[in-house]
Amino acid sequence: MAKLHVETTINGESTEILVDPQQSLLETLRDGLMLTGAKEGCNDGNCGACTVIMDGRTVNSCLVLGAEAQDADITTIEGLATPRGLHPLQQAFLENAALQCGICTPGFLISSKSLLDSNPNPSEEEVRFWLAGNLCRCTGYDKIVRAVLDAAKEMKAGN
Amino acid sequence: MATTTTVEQKTTEKVIGTRPIRHDGVDKVTGRAIYGADINLPKMLHVKILRSPHAHARIVSIDTKQALDIPGVKAVITGEDLPEPPSQMQNLGEGAANLRFLSDNAMARTKALYKGHAVAAVAATELYIAEEALSAIKVTWEILPAVLDTESAMAEGAPLVHDDLPQRPMEGDQAPPPNVARYFRFNIGDTQQAFEESDTVVEREFRTQMVHQGYIEPQTATALWKEDESLTIWCSSQGHFNVRDQTSNILQIPVSSIKVIPLEIGGGFGGKIGSTIYPVISLLSKKAGVPVKYSMTRAEVFEGTGPGSGTHMRVKIGAMKTGKITAVDVSLSYEAGAYPGSSVASGCQNMFSPYVIENAFIEGFDVIVNKPKTAAYRAPGTPQAAYAGESIIDEVAESIGMDPIDFRLLNVAEEDDSRVDGTKHRVIGAKETLEAIKNHPHYKSPLNGPNQGRGVAIGYWGNAGMTSSCSLIVNGDGTVNLVEGSVDIGGTRTAIAMHAAEVLGIPAEDIHPVVADTESVGMTSITAGSRTAFASGWAAYEAAQGVLKELIERAATVFETTPDQVVHEDGTFRSVSDNDKKLTFKELAGRLQRVGGPVIGQATITPRGVGTAFGADIVDVEVDPETGKVQVLRVTAAQDVGRAIHPSYVEGQIQGGVAQGIGWALNEEYVFNDEGVMQNPGFLDYRMPTSLDLPMIEAVLVEKRNPGHPYGARGVGEVPIVPVMASVANAVYRATGVRYQALPMSPGNIIAGLTQKDH
Repeated sequence: MAKLHVETTINGESTEILVDPQQSLLETLRDGLMLTGAKEGCNDGNCGACTVIMDGRTVNSCLVLGAEAQDADITTIEGLATPRGLHPLQQAFLENAALQCGICTPGFLISSKSLLDSNPNPSEEEVRFWLAGNLCRCTGYDKIVRAVLDAAKEMKAGN
Repeated sequence: MATTTTVEQKTTEKVIGTRPIRHDGVDKVTGRAIYGADINLPKMLHVKILRSPHAHARIVSIDTKQALDIPGVKAVITGEDLPEPPSQMQNLGEGAANLRFLSDNAMARTKALYKGHAVAAVAATELYIAEEALSAIKVTWEILPAVLDTESAMAEGAPLVHDDLPQRPMEGDQAPPPNVARYFRFNIGDTQQAFEESDTVVEREFRTQMVHQGYIEPQTATALWKEDESLTIWCSSQGHFNVRDQTSNILQIPVSSIKVIPLEIGGGFGGKIGSTIYPVISLLSKKAGVPVKYSMTRAEVFEGTGPGSGTHMRVKIGAMKTGKITAVDVSLSYEAGAYPGSSVASGCQNMFSPYVIENAFIEGFDVIVNKPKTAAYRAPGTPQAAYAGESIIDEVAESIGMDPIDFRLLNVAEEDDSRVDGTKHRVIGAKETLEAIKNHPHYKSPLNGPNQGRGVAIGYWGNAGMTSSCSLIVNGDGTVNLVEGSVDIGGTRTAIAMHAAEVLGIPAEDIHPVVADTESVGMTSITAGSRTAFASGWAAYEAAQGVLKELIERAATVFETTPDQVVHEDGTFRSVSDNDKKLTFKELAGRLQRVGGPVIGQATITPRGVGTAFGADIVDVEVDPETGKVQVLRVTAAQDVGRAIHPSYVEGQIQGGVAQGIGWALNEEYVFNDEGVMQNPGFLDYRMPTSLDLPMIEAVLVEKRNPGHPYGARGVGEVPIVPVMASVANAVYRATGVRYQALPMSPGNIIAGLTQKDH
């Protein structure tokens, strides 16, 4: 099968890639661009470990075709920290011990960023509702929810 | 919020009990950490496995010729490519297994014994080519009748899963029922007389379904078989030494020819201890001459790896009006899956271990059925039995009108009391754990609605020790490299490093821990049995003691005195006779080159003194009588942790164990059709708890020190799941008036129970 030429923006950098027509965005990121921070947990949109932000919305990258990245603006976990340091969410996850095995962590961080982008002051219930598309099997979510609430406070104080 | 209850007075430790940020944290929040599937090697091929569509079927023939002809297909193997293994036992850490069965489970030779049993494997240049090749493999099947639950498997005349299953006679030379691989029995006192003398006797039957550990990272591995017959495996397992030894045994190649490189692991919970995939991908790499990578799909994880046993349990209990338990009579039947080896023995030993029971008859049947071979799942075998035991305890307490915690406290085991298997408890905190929930404000708080209920339960788990190794290297700037062999699933690198930091008197951050491959550190057993912080931490403690002894000698040289004239306090070495002569750890490290060269320490330990663990929960639920949905409103989970090395990660173990228990109680189950085909092999239909399903989970750390560990630690990972299903069931009973004696208490089953009650 002929590969498709795709021009896209990933973590602020314009990127050109060749993708197989049947290739998912997740495979494109992981196998084509070596951005392995997004994880495959189920490949059917139920675990959220592959979550990325695409044009301002969170998507399960396993359910998006690589070809659909044409002209899109994509943020992956690799784009969360800056040369100045970790994102407040990343710092809050560390300080709250909000990860155990860590495989779901990139997806949770991306979903949480998307939440705080649209709702900088969420309630516990809003955090739980927003993160319900991301499965964690280790933590029971307690420390994850606290970390997101802490990061929201931290970001508000920093603004 | 989490709270800590210290039973004995605190010591002066500076690092143990603090909450440093984990050393691998930045890698794991930035996406840099390399997990099993994140590795890519030049010329690497991709693997797909053909799996049996039938629960029980004879392989008449397999034709792989057409698959091999597909461009891009580089290697195909079937069961015939695996060497014939000798019939010998392989220690898997949490249970042993016959090598023949391990090999057969990796790939069926003559019969497929469950839906999902591997029968052939393909390596190709692209994943989709490998997938296409699977459909070109022609298998001729002779479908056989399947047995799908313990009762039908044990019935007279049941179809036999194994034609040649070795069966030992039961008591009195009685032949065991069909498909029973092992039979256990504990028998103490005189149960018959005790029941006759009891004021109350309750007898119930309980059923639970097969459940999965539900780790988010599918099983995955990469293998490279090189021209010199050496083999390298990259994997995310619960123990790379175990992977090495198991692969060596199944493929019958020397241990020294295999190097296993541990990558980060995305959850295991017992399910990634043994695995069928390593010999398969190794042989594919051997045939293809290049590296091959295999990652399971989620459906393969459900159907082709080891879940936790479904069970059928009968329990009878007697008690006096005073609350004293008189006797128990228990029969547990656990699904082993397609090969022998369920965790039924653990259920038999542990289910009544929180109590003193003088008369007990407990038997267990390990029953082979045409389902995936079960594996360990967090306190393997015990949560099911505890669900039955703690449900019936709750009912007996109610029948004599006693508070359920008071009833448990009246019967609770303490040091030197015997368990039903005859073992005496060492220093334990069962009583303190029960008191922690009894005295917690949660237990005194009111419920707020007509369909709400509160349940309690306690659970026991024995924990493990096994073997751990550790090396320490002191760097010139006073930092220390720590090399250990325990795969880190939940922050154990840091807990281990904290042991060394405490001994050396330096901050945990000055230690740099690394999980080394099988060629770079001494043999270390699996990350399982709640043993890692306990035993590998202890290995780090011993290695640090060696470093400290050497550093004191070096300081003596600098101080121009003898080692007995040097003391070490808070990271400073000081001369006893001359107070002006002192060196910090950093200063001494900087001088090591001049007084004998670098200092390293190492230790390999197989600790005794494992501290057993108890956990007790209070759970509040609300049951919607219209929909049958059970909402968990509040959970308080107290646990005797001995000494919390890193309290945040101890709380995390408790919260995670509770969450898994709630999933098991309310929703999770393998649903099979009559042909033994799983109907829900995905996360949409095998429904694990989401953030919206759970409340905050309050962990109460009870610290009754374990005298068998330098800092008093007990294993903490497994016991938190043990009491959960019972505490949820007891809460649901108080909300509905129905005692649910089958899991899960999913909406349909709740409605069925409510409907039955009304008629």
